Order: sequence, then C-alpha cells, then structure tokens
Amino acid sequence: MTRLRTVGTVAALTLREASRRRVVLALIGLTVLLLAGSGWGFSRVAAETGGSALTSGEARLTASIMLNLVMFGYSLVAALGTAFLAGPTLAGETESGIALAVLARPVRRSDFLLGKWLGLVAFGSGFVVLAGLAQCLVVRATTDYWPPRPATALALLAAQTVVLLTLAVLLSTAISPMASGVVAVGLFCTTWVAGVVGGIGASLGNESVARVGTVSRVLLPTDGLWRGAMNAFQDPTAFTFFGDGGGQAFPFLSVAALTTSYLVWALVWVAMVWGLAAASFLRKDL
Amino acid sequence: MTAADVASVDDDATLRGMAPPADVPTPAPAVWCSGLRKRYGRQQAVEDVSLEVGRGDVVGLLGPNGAGKTSVIKMLLGLVRPDAGEVQLLGRPAGDPTARARVGYLPELFRYQPWLSAAEVLTLHVRLSGIDVSAPEQRDCLALVGLAERAGDRVGGFSKGMQQRLGLAVALVARPELVVLDEPTSALDPLGRVDVRDIVLDLRSRGVAVLLNSHLIGEVERVCDRVVILDRGRVAASGTLAELLGQRELRLQLTGLSAKGQARLAATGRVEREGDWITVTLPPDDDGSAVPDLVRDLAALGVRVHAVEPARITLEERLLGILRDGAEARAGGAA
Repeated sequence: MTRLRTVGTVAALTLREASRRRVVLALIGLTVLLLAGSGWGFSRVAAETGGSALTSGEARLTASIMLNLVMFGYSLVAALGTAFLAGPTLAGETESGIALAVLARPVRRSDFLLGKWLGLVAFGSGFVVLAGLAQCLVVRATTDYWPPRPATALALLAAQTVVLLTLAVLLSTAISPMASGVVAVGLFCTTWVAGVVGGIGASLGNESVARVGTVSRVLLPTDGLWRGAMNAFQDPTAFTFFGDGGGQAFPFLSVAALTTSYLVWALVWVAMVWGLAAASFLRKDL
Repeated sequence: MTAADVASVDDDATLRGMAPPADVPTPAPAVWCSGLRKRYGRQQAVEDVSLEVGRGDVVGLLGPNGAGKTSVIKMLLGLVRPDAGEVQLLGRPAGDPTARARVGYLPELFRYQPWLSAAEVLTLHVRLSGIDVSAPEQRDCLALVGLAERAGDRVGGFSKGMQQRLGLAVALVARPELVVLDEPTSALDPLGRVDVRDIVLDLRSRGVAVLLNSHLIGEVERVCDRVVILDRGRVAASGTLAELLGQRELRLQLTGLSAKGQARLAATGRVEREGDWITVTLPPDDDGSAVPDLVRDLAALGVRVHAVEPARITLEERLLGILRDGAEARAGGAA
C-alpha cells in the first residue's frame, strides 16, 4: 500500500511538473495550430473532391496520406515533449540535488522510477490520444473520412510514445538531461529514416536495403509501431492506386498491419529497457 | 597526544564496540555504522569509518574539505552505495527503506521542486514519509523556520537562504527521530544561524538525535554532545566534548630558557612558543603534580618564571591539532 502510494505520488508529481512547467500549455498551443492548419488543408481536399477534380478513391487516398502526415507531426511533438521532459525530470533532479531529499525518504528507487515513468506515460499517451482523436474528428468534419481502426491506431501511437520515453528514461539514468533528450530524439528520427530506406529497398526488391528497416524496427520499435498506426489510419484501398510494391516506398502509407509477435516484442522491449533503467538508477550514487 | 591516541582512547566512549546493537534491550542507536568504505575512481573517499549516534544525542561531524563527511552522510541515508560496511538507522538495516521513515535530512546541496509552493513541498515529503501530519502542523513547521508568510509562494522564487530554511522544514516535518543536517547554515545570515542552533537545541530537548555536519566549529561546540572528526576519509578522533577538550594547557611567561629547560617543557607535552610566552599541553593522566613539578624543575634549571596561567584549548584548536598530527604522521610515514 505504501509502495503504491509512493508510485502514485511520484506519478502525480511528474504530471504536475509537466503542467506547471507549461509543457501542457505549449503542447495545447502546438496542437491547436496543427489542427487549424490541417483542418484548412483537409477542407481544400474536400473542395477539390466536390469540384470533381478528384475521384472519391483519390480523395480517400489523399485524406489517408494527409492524416498519416499530420499524425506523424503529433508523434514527433510527443516524442520531443516526452524525451525532453524525461531528461529534466530524472537526470535533472539527480544533477540539481532535488532527488537527494526525496530519495532520503522511505522510498525505493524502483518505485520512484516507476512513478516517474507512469507519469510520463500518462502525459505522453494522453497527449497523442487526445490530439489524434481531435485530428480524426477534424478530418471527418472536413472530408467525411473516418479511419478504419481509429482505436488501434491511437493505441499504437501511444505505444510508440511509451517506447521512446522508456528509452529516454534509461538514457537519463546514465547521461545528462540534455544529452538524454537529444540522443532519444536522434534515435527516433534515425529509426524512422531507416524505416523509409527499408521501404524503398522493399519496393525495389533489394533485400539488403529492406533489411535496414527490419533491423531498425527490432532495435527500436518506434518506427514499427508507427507503421502499424499508419496502417490503421489509412484507407484499406489506398494501395490499389500504386503498382506492385510501389506503395511500400511511400513514407506515409503502411503496407501491413502489425503482427501479434511484433507487439509482444515491443512489450518485451519496454520491459527490458525499463529493467535496465531501474538497474542503472539503483546503482547510481547521488 | 596524537590523533590515533585520541581515537583509541575514545573507542570505549564513542565507538562503543562495533557489534550490531540488535540484542541490546535499550533502544537501538539512531545511527550505527561500521567499516564504511567508498572509493570514487582512484580516490578513496571513505576508509573504514565507524560511528554511532545515540538516541537524543547531538553529534557533530567535523573535518576539512574532502574529508568524506558528506559521503558518509549519503551512505548512511542510502544515497550512495558503500563499497563495504554496514549501516543501521533507528535499529533497522539501512538497506530497508522503512528505516528512513523517521529520518529528516537537509542535504548540503539543497534544492526543491521550483514549480511547487513551499507548502506543497512539505505535503509531498509528508506523503512520501508515510507519516500522517496535519496541515496545521505542516504550517507550524514552516513558521518555525520563518517561512509562514511564504507558504503559498513558488520555491523557484526563493533566495538560497530561504531554500535552506525550507530544507530545514522538510527535514523536520515528518516528526523525525533522527535529523541529519549537512551544512545547515551555509546560506544563512547570522540570525538564521541562531535559529538553526535553537532548533537543534530544541530537538535535543525533545530526545531527537541529530547528526550535524558543519564548518562552523563554534556552533558545533555550542550544541553537540559528541564530535567525530574525519580526516582523509578516516575517523581521526571522536568523543564527547569533555573528552576531546579535556586536555588542560598551561601558559607560562619565561625568560632565560635554556636548552635543558626546553627539553623539560617538551617532556611535559606539546609546546608552542610566542616570544616569552610558552603554552604546554598537560598530560591527560595528570594527578595534579605536573604543574608544581614543572615549575620546580624549570626554576632549578635557572629559568625565570614570571607567570603561570591555566588554559583550555578550543574545539577549533583541537581540530587543527589533530589534523596537523595526521599530516605530520603521513609525512613521517612517507619519509
């Protein structure tokens, strides 16, 4: 009971920190900007469709691509937000001395870390789910397009955020706050680029290049989960517009839904990296 | 007397044997540690430190910069992992976090969540301690350190002194039975220092044990029952103030001091000379005959004795003497 209270207290403290440091305000501002901009863009697609410039299939394809593009923007914002919040909240508190008084209380370091992680998970996941849902509603209102599996897509977006923030938490137990944020976001972007390169390789039938994407998705599951989310956001007929394999090279469409085994791997990856973070934090001299 | 001698003399008084005190029917000491060691890279920060703080005792931790005082404190509180050694807090092994439920701590590096108000910081620490402390009691704690008017203000806007006062409130808020204060007055003005002294004395009167690390030797001398002196990661000396300062000194104004006279003085104890004035440390086992014997012998050697005054060394002088002896012993060992 005491341990649960500790975890809950630290998680609530992390959420309060995000709120008091105006991270929430900044994210709301960015989200409103993205919603307004994309709303205008989607309304232009609807206008073109209404004027018969696009067939209904082309309109659905365009809406799918644009939706995935905007959602990538949200996932990037969530990645930046959580990665740069995880650094200050853990490594920053250790460096500044704030953690000294807290961890001198009857608190297990693993409980403290779990509380921080849960707070970040609630914050990052909450943001992508709410912003993603708002985006889906904007798309529906402007183009009448509704993703085939929105709940799955939003859950995978949240999972992607969890993966990245878990990595950021591990890094922040070992390196400085700023470095942990930079490395986490850098790896996130690198994995995404590797995924795009892999898609190009697959479309060209080059197995070696295609393997770049496969390996990167195993090493850091953010891109794999992102591709699963895209697949759930996009229109199922989207690929009929491309030739054989041509759509695989397109960065904002995903060929296949995620397999259960990959989802299990993502879960194992998170548990493993969290375990490493806990082991590193437990051994840390403050 | 050398630092090593003092340490050995004080074995009975302060270290009280190093067997874990679990079987003793009286309450376990507030702090008990044995054989603590810590190395940072090539630097041996703490080397075989053993100490004890009894219930209700106020123990001062003294030593030069880099002596290992803060490292010892952090090992006691589980913030730094010792390479070797055992720690018990309030009768429980320090590896068990519940041992710290009744421990208050003001770190040397005092920083608190700048996005919280002072009152919120206290509420956070009360929740983490698992002790039920009412809101009025928390407010009283802030008032005790002079922050009653700033309870609702964000900590980010506090001066260093105010943050240290808040740290003191944090250390006191969860009804501690042991309070560890690491340089508690480093950012405080003279009034603040007096406040801290009064708080420590109040804690002692309520039976709360205090481990106080401070460079302000005068403050330590005023409030501490016992003192542990660390030098280069080792306990150089420890004991009650009476034990440490109990050595008497004699000040003599002499003229015509011959080599034989100087040898007679040196045979009595440590000698320091300022012009005609000589200060001699008297042996600890003096039965009262040392002074008349010395004066008689000096007179017999043709030394003219103009004045003889008793003197008592201060804690600062004692500390410096111990550190000097340690440095000389190391230099002698190296040679």
